[in-house]
Amino acid sequence: MQQHEKSTRRRFLGLAGSAVALGAVPIVSLRPAEATPAMLATAIRNVVGSAVVRTGKVKLDIPPLVENGNTVPMTVSVTSPMTPEDFVKSIHVFNEKNPQPNIGNFYLGPRAGRAQVSTRIRLADSQKIVAIARMSDGSFWSATADVVVTLAACTEEVI
Amino acid sequence: MAPALINVPKKAKRGEIIEIKTLMSHIMETGYRHTSTGEVVPRDIITSFTCRYNGAEIFRADLFPAIAANPFITFFTVATESGTFDFEWIGDKGFSESASAAITVE
Repeated sequence: MQQHEKSTRRRFLGLAGSAVALGAVPIVSLRPAEATPAMLATAIRNVVGSAVVRTGKVKLDIPPLVENGNTVPMTVSVTSPMTPEDFVKSIHVFNEKNPQPNIGNFYLGPRAGRAQVSTRIRLADSQKIVAIARMSDGSFWSATADVVVTLAACTEEVI
Repeated sequence: MAPALINVPKKAKRGEIIEIKTLMSHIMETGYRHTSTGEVVPRDIITSFTCRYNGAEIFRADLFPAIAANPFITFFTVATESGTFDFEWIGDKGFSESASAAITVE
């Protein structure tokens, strides 16, 4: 009797375990690919090459706490005289955990007068945002901001 | 609604820094969403935005799926001469829209 009970329980647990294992596979494969910090680093390297990226000159304005990741206002401004001799060539914005590390590349020039760009972005998770500015002298400057997102964007199911 | 909304000052003083605001209606489908049956919804985004001031490019942007639907982009330029701003949006599935705005510089 005792022996019989044990064996059924073992069989039951065995079956339950394999069912969990089977169920776990599709769950894992359905998870969206996330841009890892390594992908973020690679994306930044693709833009800056081997140049040194220094912190400063760039100001990244983004709310620290966001309720809806589908539309997050963001402003990047760079301290620069914006003269033909000294101006911001481009501004690149990256993220850490969306499926893709790039957010946008913005190309300006001395005619901009002011090195400032605003747009609305999507964030799939609470994460770090990096803005990098390329100056006319070839130097790179950056700013980072951490954003907490309550409702994620990008990867939800279409109803 | 016209697909594009453009905000450019009608008049400006020569040398003044003016703000240009643009909005283009577009779903900006990321390509990372699934339907309830598990199929991937194909990517459909605007990939490029350009602004020309009397023919010369003054601003350009590469957009990625992380740009929110109905891309809203604002930037600055120096009012140098009277003329036209031409805006162009290019995207997936042959998407192409343009708009223009006039400015009088005194």
